[in-house]
Amino acid sequence: MNGVHDMGGMDGFGKVEVEPNEPPFHERWEGRVLALQRAMGYAGAWHIDDSRFAQEALPPQTYLAASYYWRWALGMQKNLLERGFVTQDEIAAGRALRPGKPLLRKLTADVVQAGMTRNSFFRQQQGPARFKPGDHVRTRNINPQTHTRLPRYARGKLGTVELIHGCHAFPDSVATDRGDDPQWLYTVVFDAREIWGADADPTLKISIDAFEPYLEPA
Amino acid sequence: MADHDHDPHHEHGSELSETQLRVRALETILTEKGYVDPAALDAIVEAYETKVGPRNGAVVVARAWTDPAFRRALLKDATAAVATLGHVSPVGDHLVAVENTPQRHNMIVCTLCSCYPWEVLGLPPVWYKSAPYRSRAVKDPRGVLADFGVKLPKETEIRVWDSTAETRFLVLPMRPAGTEGWSEERLADLVTRDSMIGTGLARTPAEIAR
Repeated sequence: MNGVHDMGGMDGFGKVEVEPNEPPFHERWEGRVLALQRAMGYAGAWHIDDSRFAQEALPPQTYLAASYYWRWALGMQKNLLERGFVTQDEIAAGRALRPGKPLLRKLTADVVQAGMTRNSFFRQQQGPARFKPGDHVRTRNINPQTHTRLPRYARGKLGTVELIHGCHAFPDSVATDRGDDPQWLYTVVFDAREIWGADADPTLKISIDAFEPYLEPA
Repeated sequence: MADHDHDPHHEHGSELSETQLRVRALETILTEKGYVDPAALDAIVEAYETKVGPRNGAVVVARAWTDPAFRRALLKDATAAVATLGHVSPVGDHLVAVENTPQRHNMIVCTLCSCYPWEVLGLPPVWYKSAPYRSRAVKDPRGVLADFGVKLPKETEIRVWDSTAETRFLVLPMRPAGTEGWSEERLADLVTRDSMIGTGLARTPAEIAR
C-alpha cells in the first residue's frame, strides 16, 4: 500500500539525531512489547509480513506520531483482534474473558534461543530463475492496496540484476493470507540519476531486493 | 512529595504510565489466554539487554581483517562464515556482508520499516528506525553521513542497500592504518556499530588513545 511507512526519498523530516550510549530499551514496556511479538511469532499466530502490514495500515497520523515500540504494540493489537485471538471486550477489561484459541506451539524459557533465531525464508523453487546477474530489468509500476516490498521510489525504474538470493516466501502473498507463493529474489541496483533525476549525486547507486514478480526484462 | 506523583501538569509522565498500563494489560490477557509465558518474555528481554549486541559483529569484522580465507568466505556466504565462529550467536539465513574499499562506501537502510541484522548488531538504534534516516539515506546519503560527522572523498562511490526483503546486510568497514600486527581482540575494539551500518568508519588507533 502507498502508506506513509514508504519513506524513501521524502523530504522534510530533518536531521538524523543520534543518541550517545543509547540503552536497548528506553522504557520497560518496550522490552515487553518486543518479547510479546517474538512469542506470538514463535507460536505461529501470524507472519512477520502480517506485523508489517498491520503497522502500515495504521492511520498515517498515528504511524508518524507513535514511538517505534508503541507502533509495534498497535500493530500487534490489530492482528490479535482481526485474527480472533483476543476480543475488544477483553482489551477493555484488561483481562481474559474466555479461553484462548489453539496455537501451533508456545514459547517457553527453555527454548528462548529458538524464539530469537530468525526463521529461514528460503522456499522450494517453483521453476527456473527468469533473470541472472548482469540482466537489465525494469521494475513494474504497481500500486497495490495491500502489502508490498517494492518501494514507491523504485517503481518503473531501469536497473541491473546484481545478486540472486534463491527462492523466498513472497511477502505480497503472505500478508494477504494466500500462502508463501515462493519467488526468486534478486538484488537490483539503480543509478541514482535513474531514480532522482539528472541532478542526483553521480557517485550514488541504490539497490533494493526485488522479488521476481516486481521485475520485467528491459 | 505525594502531590508531585499526582501532579496533573506532569503530562509526559502520565502518558508513559498510560502506555505502561496498556502494555501490561495486553501481557496479562495473552498470558491468561495461554498464548505466552511471562518467564520466556523475561528471558527474551534479558537476552536483548545483555547478550545480543554489536560486539558479535565486531568479532566477525576483526576476523575478516586478519584472516583472508575467512574474509573471502564471509563475502561469499556470510551466514555460513559466521556459523564457523562458534562464539558468535547463531545467525539465521540470508546474511550478506558487503565490503568497503577506497573506491566504494556501503550504507544500509530499511526505508519501509526497520530491517537490521539483529543477530550481529543487536537491536537497531532509534535513529536507524526514524523517519529522517529512512527518508534521506537513499536520496542524500552524503548529507546523512554529514549528520554523523563523516565526510568521504567526492569521487568515492556510495552504494546504499535498501533492505526490502529478508536479506540482512553487514558492512565490512576498512581496516584502519597503523594496526598492523594487532590481535583480533584489539582490532574488534575499533569496530563500531555505525561502521557496520555504514554511517561511520572504524575508529583509528589515535581515536581510541584519546
